Amino acid sequence: MSAKVYADNSDWNRLFAHRLKGLFAAAALMLFGTTAQSQETIKVGILHSLSGTMAISETTLKDTMLMLIDEQNKKGGLLGRQLEPVVVDPASNWPLFAEKARELLQKDKVAAIYGCWTSVSRKSVLPVIEELNGLLFYPVQYEGEESSKNVFYTGAAPNQQAIPAVDYLMKDLKVKRWVLAGTDYVYPRTTNKILEAYLKAKGVKDKDILINYTPFGHSDWQSIVADIKKFGSTGKKTAVVSTINGDANVPFYKELGNQGVSAEKIPVVAFSVGEEELSGIDTAPLVGHLAAWNYFMSVDTPENANFIKKWHAFIKNPKRVTNDPMEAHYIGFNMWVKAVEKAKTTDPDAVAKAMIGMEFPNLTGGIAKMNKAHHLSKPVLIGEIQDDGQFETVWQTKGLVDGDAWSDYLPEDRYIIADWTPPINCGNYNTKTKKCSGQKY
Amino acid sequence: MTRSMMARGLLTFCLLRALGGWVPWVAVSGLLTSPVVTANEDTAVFAAATNSLKTATLNEMEKAVEELAAVHDPRVPQVLKALLEGRLYYTKDAGRMVYAAATADGFEITDVISGGKIGTVEKFAIKKVAINNTLRASLNQLIARLELSVGDPAQRLSAVKAMSKTIAPESALLLRQQLTVEQDKSVREAIRTALALADIASADKDARLKAIENLKGNLDPEVYNRLNALLEKDQDFFIEPDADIRNAAEAVIKNISFKLQLYRLAETAFFGLSLGAVLVLSAIGLAITFGVMGVINMAHGELMMLGAYTTYVVQLLMPQHIDLSLFVAIPAAFILAGLFGIAIERGIIRFLYGRPLETLLATFGVSLFLQQLVRSLFSPLNRSVVTPAWMSGSVEINSVLSLTLNRFYIIVFSVLVFLALLSVLNKTRLGLEVRAVAQNRSMAKAMGVRTGWVDAMTFGLGSGVAGVAGVALSQLTNVGPNLGQAYIVDSFMVVVFGGVGNLWGTLVAGLSLGIANKFLEPYAGAVLAKILLLVFIIIFIQKRPRGLFPQRGRAAEG
Repeated sequence: MSAKVYADNSDWNRLFAHRLKGLFAAAALMLFGTTAQSQETIKVGILHSLSGTMAISETTLKDTMLMLIDEQNKKGGLLGRQLEPVVVDPASNWPLFAEKARELLQKDKVAAIYGCWTSVSRKSVLPVIEELNGLLFYPVQYEGEESSKNVFYTGAAPNQQAIPAVDYLMKDLKVKRWVLAGTDYVYPRTTNKILEAYLKAKGVKDKDILINYTPFGHSDWQSIVADIKKFGSTGKKTAVVSTINGDANVPFYKELGNQGVSAEKIPVVAFSVGEEELSGIDTAPLVGHLAAWNYFMSVDTPENANFIKKWHAFIKNPKRVTNDPMEAHYIGFNMWVKAVEKAKTTDPDAVAKAMIGMEFPNLTGGIAKMNKAHHLSKPVLIGEIQDDGQFETVWQTKGLVDGDAWSDYLPEDRYIIADWTPPINCGNYNTKTKKCSGQKY
Repeated sequence: MTRSMMARGLLTFCLLRALGGWVPWVAVSGLLTSPVVTANEDTAVFAAATNSLKTATLNEMEKAVEELAAVHDPRVPQVLKALLEGRLYYTKDAGRMVYAAATADGFEITDVISGGKIGTVEKFAIKKVAINNTLRASLNQLIARLELSVGDPAQRLSAVKAMSKTIAPESALLLRQQLTVEQDKSVREAIRTALALADIASADKDARLKAIENLKGNLDPEVYNRLNALLEKDQDFFIEPDADIRNAAEAVIKNISFKLQLYRLAETAFFGLSLGAVLVLSAIGLAITFGVMGVINMAHGELMMLGAYTTYVVQLLMPQHIDLSLFVAIPAAFILAGLFGIAIERGIIRFLYGRPLETLLATFGVSLFLQQLVRSLFSPLNRSVVTPAWMSGSVEINSVLSLTLNRFYIIVFSVLVFLALLSVLNKTRLGLEVRAVAQNRSMAKAMGVRTGWVDAMTFGLGSGVAGVAGVALSQLTNVGPNLGQAYIVDSFMVVVFGGVGNLWGTLVAGLSLGIANKFLEPYAGAVLAKILLLVFIIIFIQKRPRGLFPQRGRAAEG
């Protein structure tokens, strides 16, 4: 029954999106039709869901991109040409992501695409981007074990988020027992596989690890929280490592509060809860729970203050928050601009070559650098949730951590590296057999 | 809750004396015996200790806070509390320690040392003194200790519980003295447990055996862990050499485990009931529109969503009375969703009676329309609905079993809604007409029943109940445009399983599905449990297409 309902739903959404697009086109014609540019514009594709479950997170990223493009145009555009955003709505529908990506590359001929949130949407877009040789900037923390010639991963790899967070819990909070709780899909499953291997390598026993998966949008957390409480009552310090994604977090934290599981007793460190997600919750019972990111809105640097100011001016609402994936787009976009200027063309191959080694300052301090595996170097911050919905940084790495596409803790991936410079030029090169597996990504 | 001041004073004095003997509590004993200093020196010491908070890094804070707690000054608890609650700031220019309270146009700040009001400043002029979890835990303990002189039984209880973890033999005597004067039952119980745990570690075999015997049936997790530790092996040898002690401990553990299992069973049953209550609540409106009228209403979930958004709007309108907001939201949601329901019925569905496929598609269109409507009105982001204080937290029955209040109230609420609906259908004229039209439309019409009006009212009633369910859901899940979609499938499942056209069927089906789900979940996991239930229902429907309580006789033919 459920499958049928959802199938119908997506068809409807598609129809709806189609209509909307027609409207968009008409509006655009009215706006730009009269002031036709003498020179052709450079088109930038924005592939974020504006409806459906992921709209909550992705709509903000669309606005971020519009702001960055607008700002660049005010500076005189790129290569003497104006930038033109092309917004499409994949409606939280994974196959539609691929369809829309194809449309952006073939019909609109965009120079680069900024988009996707969930790993499953990225996996759906990958074959299209590689076939048509486009460029995708992916701004969200993810599970790693991937490196494509056509994708730049501006979010965190597991070694830039999950591993440092676990290190912090182990060393600073002396955590001995671990609950790995996640939503049931590829990102939490892979991350938990890496974390389990890492914890076992550090001498944590099987009986001290509890793994639990729940469906998207899960709202009845009673028994799971009761299990966590039971698991944590043995006298050893227990922590929850949460890869729970999306709005299922809200009832989860509520239930923790109701059952009296406070951050002092059993802290929860989350990898998918940021300022945007917290803005929909009463944060009082959450104070002290943790999150690991590469960016917090509360970080006190001049660059960040400037970014927040520009964001508030653009969105015309001083209450809106900024978050980590927004910073990722900010860095990704600015690096792409510099790479295009360096290559003097928007040709994907030339830009991709110019991107490697490109540097741009992080909003949280330090200089992000694009490495050979198409990942960034970033600082890792651990923050505690405050009652105003912001994070207070309680720990951070010394210096920057370089993004590692293939985890060193999974036995099957230990010898795999990604290097997109000659002579290797491969996303999954085995350093032992000295061979590229030939698998595309 | 409140007890006589005399008894409290005496108790806390004794308890403080008892605390003074503990090694980690030296700070408190120092506080009690420190000589009284003159006011000026006092302020200087206090100011210095307070100011050190501002320069300390998170790692140095622990020491700084302990030093501050050791200062003998009445202002100290206030500072510690403000630090814990995140109200302690310092001004960026002068570095003055201040308390800050957020107001409409910035922060109103008060000097910590003098207590004088300074005025209102912008946010960037002050900086918060940051704390972390470790610090929060020690602050809580320090404050509990400092406030013992005015503490209530709950605070004394937590102090005793904290002590039972790090027991020192020489203090057992003091605790025994305390036991003779302690009036509060739960505190006495906690002291007894702490004493027994202390005795287990002693050298006297008889005392140890007696202590183990005394712990029989004690559900404190600390007791279970300590007894289990007696049975642990180091390679092949028991850590505990005395076999008698081991046997005694094993017997007590058996007793405790049995009790634990019993309470866990009760807990799971409660979880199941509460999930079932949610299912019943979300399905019962559908039981009327789908069950009685036979309309497949795909927009049912969206009507619940409207109810949830009504709660949000009501809370926006009366921010001062959050505790009462739900009582306003329930009738408001009923009326709003009911009106929407009537509009849907009059505007669309009445043209489609007898054409289920078209009804399904049309109502599905309505559901998309309603989703987009709230998306445009309220943004696609989830809205935050505040849980009233009386619905937060839980009732602790013992250290294993505690019932969360929001779930408890929702069970009660769903029973009330069920009874109300049952009496409307069975006891009122509208109910009579609804049943008449459902059983035989043309005959009812011939008897002078305005069937069109009855259709509209029935649909309005079912929709209104959906709106009321939405108010309850706003306390459990996210209030967003997708709220309805998450519940529509479950609602249909319950109604079909229970038997179309039967409210009792919906109640029994909802509760049994909820309980079955919760008993499966620990073994199968949340994802698999749901799949198993769905498979079960498919098989069940194959065998009994009309559900648990099929309509029989003439009524079934309509």
